[in-house]
Amino acid sequence: MFGFILRRLAVAIPTLLLLIVISFVLMHSAPGGPFTQERALPPQVLANLDAKYGLDQPLAVQMWTYIVGILTRFDFGPSFVYPDLSVNDIIAQGFPVTLTYGAIGFSLSVLFGVILGIIAAIRHNSWVDTLAVGVSIGAQVLPNFVIAPILVLVFTLWLRWLPGGGWGGWPYWVMPIIALTLSHMASIARLTRSSMLEVLGSNHIRTARAKGLSESAVILRHALKPAMLPVISYLGPLFVTMITGSVVVDMYFSTGGIGRSFVDSALSRDYAVMMGITILVGALTIFFNLLVDVLYAWIDPKIRY
Amino acid sequence: MTKLFLTTALAACMALPAVTAVAATPAPGEKLAAQQSYNYWLLDAIKTLDPQKNTDREGSDVINQLFEGLTGQDAKGAIIPGAAESWTVSDDKKVYTFKLRDAKWSNGDPVTANDFVFAWRRLADPATASEYAWFAELANIANAPEIVAGTKSPEELGIRAVDDHTVEVTLSAPTPYFLKMLTNSSLFPVPQKVVEAEGDSWTQPGKLVGNGAFKLDSHDLGVQLTLSKNDNYWDAANTILTDLKFTTVNDVNAALTRFQAGELDYSEIPAGQYPRLEKEYPDAATVSPKACTYAYILNLSDKGPEALKDKRVRQALALGMQRDIVVNNILQGGQKPAWTWTHWAMDGFVEPENPYAAMTQEERTAKARELLAEAGYGPDKPLELSLQYNTSEDHKKIAVAAQQFYKQLGVNITLNNVEWKVHTDKMQNQDFDVARYAWCADYNEPSTFLDYFRSTGKNEGRFANAEYDAALDHSKTAENPAEDYRKAEAILAEEVPAVFVYQYASVAMRNPAIKGVPLENPMNDWYAKDLYRVEQ
Repeated sequence: MFGFILRRLAVAIPTLLLLIVISFVLMHSAPGGPFTQERALPPQVLANLDAKYGLDQPLAVQMWTYIVGILTRFDFGPSFVYPDLSVNDIIAQGFPVTLTYGAIGFSLSVLFGVILGIIAAIRHNSWVDTLAVGVSIGAQVLPNFVIAPILVLVFTLWLRWLPGGGWGGWPYWVMPIIALTLSHMASIARLTRSSMLEVLGSNHIRTARAKGLSESAVILRHALKPAMLPVISYLGPLFVTMITGSVVVDMYFSTGGIGRSFVDSALSRDYAVMMGITILVGALTIFFNLLVDVLYAWIDPKIRY
Repeated sequence: MTKLFLTTALAACMALPAVTAVAATPAPGEKLAAQQSYNYWLLDAIKTLDPQKNTDREGSDVINQLFEGLTGQDAKGAIIPGAAESWTVSDDKKVYTFKLRDAKWSNGDPVTANDFVFAWRRLADPATASEYAWFAELANIANAPEIVAGTKSPEELGIRAVDDHTVEVTLSAPTPYFLKMLTNSSLFPVPQKVVEAEGDSWTQPGKLVGNGAFKLDSHDLGVQLTLSKNDNYWDAANTILTDLKFTTVNDVNAALTRFQAGELDYSEIPAGQYPRLEKEYPDAATVSPKACTYAYILNLSDKGPEALKDKRVRQALALGMQRDIVVNNILQGGQKPAWTWTHWAMDGFVEPENPYAAMTQEERTAKARELLAEAGYGPDKPLELSLQYNTSEDHKKIAVAAQQFYKQLGVNITLNNVEWKVHTDKMQNQDFDVARYAWCADYNEPSTFLDYFRSTGKNEGRFANAEYDAALDHSKTAENPAEDYRKAEAILAEEVPAVFVYQYASVAMRNPAIKGVPLENPMNDWYAKDLYRVEQ
């Protein structure tokens, strides 16, 4: 097991490097640059800016400086669009926000999604199942950019219970979490339901029932673990997606999260910020995929590395 | 139109108290609210609070409260003393001498002439790499171009501290609008000690020191900024508001909902919603001029289509644009049809007679068909052009409408929607036929628009006209430049380097409890020191 983890970590480094190189090249090949503006800057002004941010160097040199900065000083460079801030500043401000609403949203969607999925599977083809499936399809087809305005309309404008946006204590968290959670919860519920149904039809469950085990023991001790395998492989990447934020949630609720910064930096060609967040998302993805693999081995004794 | 006029007139009345004086002056009978707060909406995160690095409108909205330039503006946009209490101009109009008033930075240090010298040199210094370094060149401050180019040192910039209270500025050429340019944040002073001690992060809360009426308390990037009254400000006794909050809401519709919920005192009205909101909230829905013009730039460069080199074709395109439909049916927010490049509300602008503006649209369309036929285009040889615009619902609506307008002339328009940076990049490389563009004033004077079409101007369509350049050259030293501006606009109307579509209006929901809002200032600059909140 240890050997497996070490091997995976060793592969992670070249993977990340490859990610950096590909993103760097793709990003710089997009038309326009961070200082391309509606009113073109005079060439001298542009030259001064390029010199300050090292954009006058050949691409390979820029990339090398960038990678060396990260490795030696953990410095992801200055933002091109926010001259007072470094990429580290921007991530340090925005990541805790998305981490908060993402992690809570993730926990809630797993909790309710799994419960909903199990209930639907146990009461297969009953009205409970129909209702659970109906609710999850409903939640899944309602995109968050539709839910968000409705939430603000109801809770901010009509009821005046919650602030319509911004970031602070828990009242600010409620609507972003609901908007983010619903559709993910629905996907988890449907995935759990179908996987549970499959497991419930398998031989070892029939054996357990034949032994006369109570239904709850059958479900919780024998069916749940194998049924969770496909769900868990879905959860690893989902966790990363959720804690790195959603552009819709960040935009609509103005949370200041990095979900918005990611899209904005791509559109404004803020190369450094975009690279920084790409690397963050990449590293988290690699780490949580590894975690999923380890969990797999723990859940399913058939899997050994 | 009458409705618009009434709203503007009403707005004018509302703004009256601040017209007569510099600071906030409640009218008799007005009862001040206990909480003197103002919650202003921002569309985006504030990119920087550094006056020399700021380039955008929203950045200025915050910086205007934190810092004060040599001059300021009254409620109508006219120049009034700011950090300078008076000034004199030399006979050759090239040397300005400013007398600074006794003022302090928010940390209690005195504001001195050297703070201006430091800030201006910093603007031009290549090491600062300010995107607004060109503003120093535009203001004709002596040696600015050479310093930006790196061939002279920043110490050679045409500004010096005669003594602690006297700043002397030398210009390379007479610049009639120089005093107006001083209200731009790039020419505001900054505290040398703080900037040098803290480096790029000196604008963070706790570090930032300003000479404005308010000081920075907190800044959550992309969420909000809070400011409170600066007791060290020279006119603090006459400043009524105590707390300012700038809240970022990235979605215009969400901002409107939050205005309605009472969370904001100001938010923009999304396109097309003004008529409805004006009925529902007659006290809050406002229209005021905003100094920007929307246009379709025609590519006259060598890379442009052959057809556009024919003046008749360009005139036909200008005539075929059904501005009234754009303004009254699409935008519906008090915008005005544009027959000139200069915004109508610019100080010192006299709109030239334009025979086409007086025609009905049917007459214009008929004339346009005639011109196209003369140029050799018709049903058997239709004119084909592509219209490029950047991603935005409003740009799309107007582009789709334009496609229909031109279809009526037998012109086939292909729509080409591209992402913002691609749009800009293509325009700056003359890689387009017709492209959407907008220009906003840098200072309240027609030349800020007209300089665009000079052969040496930004001028993405590469229009070049010697007579036009000459008229603008003449305006710089003329006793009455309005005549030159009129002439320049007449040339634009005849030569049509671009189809002018509409002139902007600021269409906004404003809490009627906030008084002193300068709705008549087309620059949309506002100073919280002149505002106050009344009991409702």
